Amino acid sequence: MTADSLVGEAGPEKLLTPVLSATWDDHRPWTLDTYRRHDGYQGLAAALRMQPDEVIALVKDAGLRGRGGAGFPTGMKWQFIPQGDGKPHYLVVNADESEPGTCKDMPLLFANPHSLIEGMVIASYAIRCSHAFVYLRGEVVPVLRRLQAAVAEAYEAGLLGRDIQGSGFDLDITVHAGAGAYICGEETALLDSLEGRRGQPRLRPPFPAIAGLYACPTVVNNVESIASVPAILHRGKEWFRSLGSEKSPGFTLYSLSGHVTNPGQYEAPLGVTLRQLLEMSGGVREGHRLKFWTPGGSSTPMFTDQHLDVPLDYEGVGAAGSMLGTKALQVFDETTCVVRAVTRWTEFYAHESCGKCTPCREGTYWLVQLMRRIEAGEGVQADLDKLLDIADNIFGKSFCALGDGAASPITSSLQYFREEYEQHIAQRGCPFDPAASTVWAGRQPAVNGNAARRPAQEKGVLA
Amino acid sequence: MTTHETATTHEGPAAQPVGLGMPALPAPDYPADVRARLDADAKELIGRYPVARSALLPLLHLVQSEEGWVSPTGIRFCAEQLGLTTAEVTAVATFYTMYRRRPAGKYHVGVCTNTLCAVLGGDQIFAELKEHLGIENNETTEDGAVSIEHIECNAACDYAPVMTVNWEFFDNQTPESAKRLVDDLRAGHTVLPTRGAALCTFRETSRILAGFPDERPGALDASGAGGAPSLAGLRLARGETLPGGGAARVVSPRHQDGADAAPGGPSQGAPSAHDAPAETAASDPHRTGDAAGPAEPEGGEDR
Repeated sequence: MTADSLVGEAGPEKLLTPVLSATWDDHRPWTLDTYRRHDGYQGLAAALRMQPDEVIALVKDAGLRGRGGAGFPTGMKWQFIPQGDGKPHYLVVNADESEPGTCKDMPLLFANPHSLIEGMVIASYAIRCSHAFVYLRGEVVPVLRRLQAAVAEAYEAGLLGRDIQGSGFDLDITVHAGAGAYICGEETALLDSLEGRRGQPRLRPPFPAIAGLYACPTVVNNVESIASVPAILHRGKEWFRSLGSEKSPGFTLYSLSGHVTNPGQYEAPLGVTLRQLLEMSGGVREGHRLKFWTPGGSSTPMFTDQHLDVPLDYEGVGAAGSMLGTKALQVFDETTCVVRAVTRWTEFYAHESCGKCTPCREGTYWLVQLMRRIEAGEGVQADLDKLLDIADNIFGKSFCALGDGAASPITSSLQYFREEYEQHIAQRGCPFDPAASTVWAGRQPAVNGNAARRPAQEKGVLA
Repeated sequence: MTTHETATTHEGPAAQPVGLGMPALPAPDYPADVRARLDADAKELIGRYPVARSALLPLLHLVQSEEGWVSPTGIRFCAEQLGLTTAEVTAVATFYTMYRRRPAGKYHVGVCTNTLCAVLGGDQIFAELKEHLGIENNETTEDGAVSIEHIECNAACDYAPVMTVNWEFFDNQTPESAKRLVDDLRAGHTVLPTRGAALCTFRETSRILAGFPDERPGALDASGAGGAPSLAGLRLARGETLPGGGAARVVSPRHQDGADAAPGGPSQGAPSAHDAPAETAASDPHRTGDAAGPAEPEGGEDR
């Protein structure tokens, strides 16, 4: 199927539903002025007219589920916070976006930070929290700059601080920059890090809702989850439920990357398929075919061209043997060596393993040794079963989900591409040319200051 | 911590050839005026948290903004501010990759070599950059201008291959643009990222990370809402056509790169031409002037 066919049936303007991204082409969308011109802080006004428990019930009824990977119902998380317990409650926003392939929260915060701040005020009001935090990964200074400025703007406008909009509700927000540790995206490791410690996950129970930050009831939510709340308050749960599917309602940011003609952010109702996204956006890069892809970052078991029509919602992806994760659609074409790709991901997990639990710390180390020697053409046939054995000893047996994530690329790539592993072993080397998979592969050398275009442009095909 | 590093920071008897590979303790304090200034900063940071220890990561960024790395003196400072032992602070500082454990360059250049960027060219960029600079991973050029490091996924996969300098984004890089970038940094040219503000030094960046906003005029607005990838879905939803999509041109933006070509470097003090230094995104209807020059890799061909 080529790019023209599907677009003819249902144009992208019908399939896509920009909400969080709707303002990004307006003038200075990161400012309060622009945000307000697009109904900004109307959701907060609606929330402040309601009782906190009504806000929780509304978000729960809307069916919003966590956009950070696990898909847990957001309203239910809020409801778990014990009320009237005399302890401070905290809201902590997880902006540690670091899962390989995941690139939605950073562009969102860069272009539209007030959607998060408004969502945080609403969520804090609902759970009776007077001090909320954004834990932003450190390596994104342009995003930090905009977030710091947006918080300052909100204070000046009386949207943060004491007696917000005359409601009697108080809220402070602290923007906290991390310092480079993937594990801090795990919610309990994040809390330890925010307490000024090494970011290592905690044993659960107790869950953060009971004993989170400073051992007080705490909600930890992903950026996109919280940023989606204002629209629900403003437009209503029926509108939200009219998008997506019954169990996966609403809209979300899909991040297309890799060997595609137009990588980028595509905001659509949950349940859109990769085939639809590729066809509306120009497909796989010209002259190439889809080989494998991840539905939600490298921790989610990979898919192949058999899975182009899997509905990208929580149930659909789960039923097909993977996870929706962060909707990070990393697309790799036939020039890509799957052994190389998985080796690199495995090195990442070994590097980022916090060292707290043995299966992950030791297991990821040994996975790297095996993957490297297979990639280098020095592997033996028994290594493949050994990989699966080690992966099995990590998966489900580690302290946190990092271990599961490390096992997923191994097991899924062996499931779909075992022959390619065997080829590395049989040929004593990698059969792929890494130069062919670069973005500049096939480019003509620069002439007179302009890179010449390829003479024949063949449209990319999907399968 | 090696004996060699200790010797660079501890002068006097403590640096005598003991050879145990341990830093001499206690580390010296900052000079009184520096200490007074940092005390005030630390007080402000600690005041933002219900529990003081939460300010440890910001404080480590703060001491890094003073010296360019987390020295034993910086560790001691953090410990004294929070009532922790230096061992407790060191345990935290060594856990996080952004804290440098030795002096390094004024510009910290990162090349993403996680899978997606690596496959799309990050590996080649990093290899050519190392050769070009004559240094290895985590090393610094002799002039102290540039350190390089291969970094993990930086949440910009739709702009792959991605580089960072002092944690500002340099998107859609090539080996040529990367080499030109470090040459410009070493030559002292003004360098503009594709997303982010005109580069400041690593120390100045660390101060922003500690939690003190960037006060430079224009820094906040620089580079608009993002490049073409950030706006791709929105444009489709508006009924526009993307490059290579539908019946439109079949040219991949990836294969159209005027930035690759400009021969010769930019003139002294001029914005370098290896990136997309638009004041705002090309799509921004309010965009004024043409600060982007000829080098914008993604914005121009969208219409």
